[in-house]
Amino acid sequence: MAYEIIDNCVSCWACEGVCPSGAISPGTLHGKAHFVIDAKKCTECEGDYADAQCASICPIEGAILNPLKAWANPPGSLTGIPPERLAAAMAEIQAR
Amino acid sequence: MELTVLGQPAEQATIEAEGGCSSSGCGSDSDSLSHLPDHIREKVHNHPCYSEEAHHHYARMHVAVAPACNIQCHYCNRKYDCANESRPGVVSELLSPDDAVKKVMAVAAEIPQMTVLGIAGPGDPLANPERTFETFQQLTEKAPDIKLCVSTNGLALPEQVEELSKHNIDHVTITINTVDPEIGAQIYPWVYWNNRRIKGVKGARILIEQQQKGLKMLTDRGILVKVNSVMIPGVNDKHLEEVSRVVKDNGAFLHNVMPLIAEAEHGTFYGVMGQRGPTHDELQALQDACAGDMNMMRHCRQCRADAVGLLGEDRGDEFTMDKVEVMDIDYEAAMERRKQVQDDIEKQRKMKQAGLVALEGLSVQKKELRPVLMAVATSGGGIINEHFGHAKEFLIYEANATDVRFISHRKVELYCGGGDTCGDGESVLDQIIKTLSGCEAVLCSKIGYEPWDLLEAAGIMPNGEHAMEDIEQAVAAVYAEMAENGALEKPAPTKQIAAQAGA
Repeated sequence: MAYEIIDNCVSCWACEGVCPSGAISPGTLHGKAHFVIDAKKCTECEGDYADAQCASICPIEGAILNPLKAWANPPGSLTGIPPERLAAAMAEIQAR
Repeated sequence: MELTVLGQPAEQATIEAEGGCSSSGCGSDSDSLSHLPDHIREKVHNHPCYSEEAHHHYARMHVAVAPACNIQCHYCNRKYDCANESRPGVVSELLSPDDAVKKVMAVAAEIPQMTVLGIAGPGDPLANPERTFETFQQLTEKAPDIKLCVSTNGLALPEQVEELSKHNIDHVTITINTVDPEIGAQIYPWVYWNNRRIKGVKGARILIEQQQKGLKMLTDRGILVKVNSVMIPGVNDKHLEEVSRVVKDNGAFLHNVMPLIAEAEHGTFYGVMGQRGPTHDELQALQDACAGDMNMMRHCRQCRADAVGLLGEDRGDEFTMDKVEVMDIDYEAAMERRKQVQDDIEKQRKMKQAGLVALEGLSVQKKELRPVLMAVATSGGGIINEHFGHAKEFLIYEANATDVRFISHRKVELYCGGGDTCGDGESVLDQIIKTLSGCEAVLCSKIGYEPWDLLEAAGIMPNGEHAMEDIEQAVAAVYAEMAENGALEKPAPTKQIAAQAGA
């Protein structure tokens, strides 16, 4: 089992530097720069840390899936912006 | 009564020029750098981000080698990456240390008045220590005539101070928005600390402790520290005077209070939640209140983490990596030219200091003269050399009976894009007039009839008579003129508006 980075990664390198297993490297997804976790190397940080390191430093909500394929950081959990508020603001901007 | 900037004896003026004192700061101003020890003034003398006077002449650049961050701030959004946006944390192109060094040397050769290289993100430089220090180390060897500085949120500072002090870095900026964890929790939703994400008051407390600890460690080692604070109305605005006192006690030599930038389209917490930024007046009032205890910086442009050029301009487009790669740089030759250009700038600065003469205009001895705000259009060099319609920003100066001081800059949209684009001119002009509210004169090299009439009607007197003159001299001359013709006996324009509203 392993953590997985999905397509809204912004390639900020934060996770790469804190992974105790050297499992994270820059790559591409759908032609876009994007970090990748090598599932064979990922240990979920077991034995090293209480929390998965990539998921603990990632600034982007919804960018990392945990081994259960659920968001490690669901919308609203990091920025504090309620998801419905964000959606309303984005809809308003697009309507301009 | 006379203007101290203009009226000081020539001998004194020369001494101050030697010591690197800003002409606007030699008066009784509390926000001048003039009372700092000589060794500090010497260090900041040609640093555009530390010396207001230097920023008219010298340029800076940032290289974006530090993408990772170890905290979240409510005014930042890590997803944002836009070429048309100018604010901290935004970059177009992330660089490897090798590429950053190439870029710095190319810029240094092309812009010889570039004296300072900073690493400021787009994340936190000390959360990317390898990339940051690799860049510094190469530059120390290859471009020893460039000053190095770094800007940090402070969380990793204590553990990096030792390494920092090895790299010939004598300027560090720490962003400190609060010394109170309860307030901190409203600004920083989380920090990454000891391998955990720590949220709320607990996280903010750790950040605050590390910031103050790091500040003391740096100043104990003789490294100059500037503190940046973002003014967030209703969150930390009332508290920043205390922050100013605390950071001064802990050794910071300069405090830069900046306005919050928050727009919904930035996607930041504050932007989406509708948190407003401060007005010009609120910002100035807070800066003045802090100035009682601390040297204040007022000329910050809150530039991008990849900005290049004089403050207020960004020439980053001329130095994208594809362009840098094909430039052939002879750095030995560039260093000679840089020295020559910088020596010439220093000669000019000295002449300016020595050439100041007392104005007769203010010999008018009347009851206390009220201060006046004036807007100035300049494209650098400390002189009035920008057409009103071409100004992207105006510098705001305050003149009173004893002094001329720099207050702030205000950004505007271009009134005249040239050619056929003046169709939108009118609404843009309205916006500019609003932006310049509180000012009673606008000094520029030239101005068209149409904006002239509208500005005059709004109580802002256009003035093109001082083109190519020194800014402070010109502001003083216009003030003296206003004193002579009785304009200062009328109330300030904001009061006129209030009176009209009340009538």
